[in-house]
Amino acid sequence: MKVVVCVTQVLDVSPYLEFTADGTSVDPAFATVMLNGADENAIEAGLALCDEAGGGEVVLVSVGADEADQALRSGLTMGPQRAVRVWSDGLVVSDPGSLGAALAHAMRVEEPDLVLAGVQVSDTGGQSTGPALAAAWGVPCVPVARDLHVVGGTLTATREFEAGVTEIVQVDLPAVVTVQVGANEPRYGTFKEKMRAKKAEIPLLEPVDLPPVRSALTTMVRSPGDSARSVRMIEGGPADIAATIITLIREAQ
Amino acid sequence: MPRTLVVAEVIDGRVSAATAEAVAAAVSLGGEVIVAVAGPDTAAEAALLSYQGVDSIVTVTVPGSDRDHEQMAQVVCALVADVAPDLVLAGFTIRSTAWAAAAAHQADMGFASDVVAIARGTDGVSVTRSIYDGRVHAGFAFAAGRPVLALLRPSVWTAAELGATPETRALDVVLTQSRVRSVEFRPPSADVDLTSSDVVISVGRGVGSEENIAVFADIARRLGAALGASRPIIDSGWLPSAHQVGQTGVTVKPRVYVALGISGALHHLAGMQNSKTIVAVNIDQDAPIFGFADVGAVADIHQVAEQMQALL
Ligand SMILES: Cc1cc2nc3c(=O)[nH]c(=O)nc-3n(C[C@H](O)[C@H](O)[C@H](O)COP(=O)(O)OP(=O)(O)OC[C@H]3O[C@@H](n4cnc5c(N)ncnc54)[C@H](O)[C@@H]3O)c2cc1C
Ligand SMILES: Nc1ncnc2c1ncn2[C@@H]1O[C@H](COP(=O)(O)O)[C@@H](O)[C@H]1O
Repeated sequence: MKVVVCVTQVLDVSPYLEFTADGTSVDPAFATVMLNGADENAIEAGLALCDEAGGGEVVLVSVGADEADQALRSGLTMGPQRAVRVWSDGLVVSDPGSLGAALAHAMRVEEPDLVLAGVQVSDTGGQSTGPALAAAWGVPCVPVARDLHVVGGTLTATREFEAGVTEIVQVDLPAVVTVQVGANEPRYGTFKEKMRAKKAEIPLLEPVDLPPVRSALTTMVRSPGDSARSVRMIEGGPADIAATIITLIREAQ
Repeated sequence: MPRTLVVAEVIDGRVSAATAEAVAAAVSLGGEVIVAVAGPDTAAEAALLSYQGVDSIVTVTVPGSDRDHEQMAQVVCALVADVAPDLVLAGFTIRSTAWAAAAAHQADMGFASDVVAIARGTDGVSVTRSIYDGRVHAGFAFAAGRPVLALLRPSVWTAAELGATPETRALDVVLTQSRVRSVEFRPPSADVDLTSSDVVISVGRGVGSEENIAVFADIARRLGAALGASRPIIDSGWLPSAHQVGQTGVTVKPRVYVALGISGALHHLAGMQNSKTIVAVNIDQDAPIFGFADVGAVADIHQVAEQMQALL
């Protein structure tokens, strides 16, 4: 079985951030870059499916400029065989249609049986890249899923919904599945795999025939705060905090 | 005249809160507002959608379940072709994200999800998204000429009130068979009931290990509070799923909600942000949860727990 896993890097930004001169991104000095957590769950799901099938290939794909190699290399430490970076000038990653089309191009080249993506990126999470890729590639999508199994070209998975509702679904491959965060325990690669990830050749694939870009990221500003509440901080040590909380609770009962 | 199509979400015959909020957003933008609903019993469903400010309702009778996103994508494409809106709105939910990108692709719409503000100008629609733990607001512009589909973050707009008498018409849509087949539906487990308690004390990843849960369970019991948890605690198998508060867990509205070692992710907030008083204890003074709390403390929850036990 051949599985492609879509991965990307996310930013953990500091609360005291500054923006770049053009005002459309956070100054890198105020951000830490890492592999998206849900993508580690997606890689683990891909590796586990190949283990279960008694063999197979897991290929990582990321759309992005040079820095995307970082996400691919950290994903490779878990044990996938290879990685491909997708990029061309003018590609707009913040436009879901463009990103989905660029990924779909990679799938037409790679022709996997199954594509896994994370359910969402933790920094700008739109929960839409997997479904957008499936639509552009012309295959079905099973979103927010866990417990994946493949038997004879049919995938069974558990979908999650609001309020604890779940549904077991089946779909014939090829298909795209978005893997839920926490769906599994991502493995650590061996020392050998880590060394291999460091030195891996990451070829560049240039997508063609991309659709027109429909949205433009115009500005980034510090948030005025998304909540109507304003917090009163409890002064003092653990004893004062404990007493205040107990009083608040007793008053409510 | 600008025209907004709101796609209703009806689950088991009940309209989601996200729908009334999307209607409110549509009405606030002006222009014509049309609400569309797809389901097995459209007469009953349409009757639930008579929100003030709605001009008309379009119903589509479909055989499948409200979890069939492939069917929903087809319905939305048909609605967009029929209604010809410049803007399509729906709540940002697990069901809507399953169909939205496909509908945007098939109907060639601009698309943005998890939107917290929206504006319509002569040169097109623009939206705001809240990103990086709510620290940044990012603005996106769409050129006029193509419809834009925006999924709206829950609890940002104040829900529209019922009380209009919009005219209702039916639209026939020919559907092809969905490729994703339902095998089994599983309702949530219900071994504890968090919703009936005046006080919920919830623990997050900050508890550190399974052994530490017992201390917090003991404190909750002694205070007559229900014990809740964030999702990673359930994923780790430290508590059964009925304790999970959040989007894919239980929604609670207690008089006091105490979040211990919980960062304040949107999915967790979805299940507790309507609590009367929210108390948060976190070791990180910059944790997003403090932006959504009424009372906060920067401290180690284990030290606070020790002091609470001493006082009880
Ligand atoms: C589709 C979808 C649905 C989801 N549904 C839900 C849901 O229903 N419910 C839910 O909760 N999540 C849900 N999630 C997951 C959610 O996005 C977050 O990952 C999760 O809520 C984080 O849990 P947490 O705050 O416990 O952990 P973390 O984000 O890891 O935060 C732990 C916090 O504990 C603090 N901490 C650590 N040690 C201590 C200490 N000793 N004392 C005090 N503080 C400490 C840290 O500073 C940190 O802020 C969902 C995700 C997706 C994609
Ligand atoms: N630039 C990218 N390249 C490859 N995959 C991506 C990219 N951005 C997002 N993804 C995938 O899509 C998932 C969901 O992202 P999103 O829809 O942005 O929340 C991620 O977990 C990745 O698997």
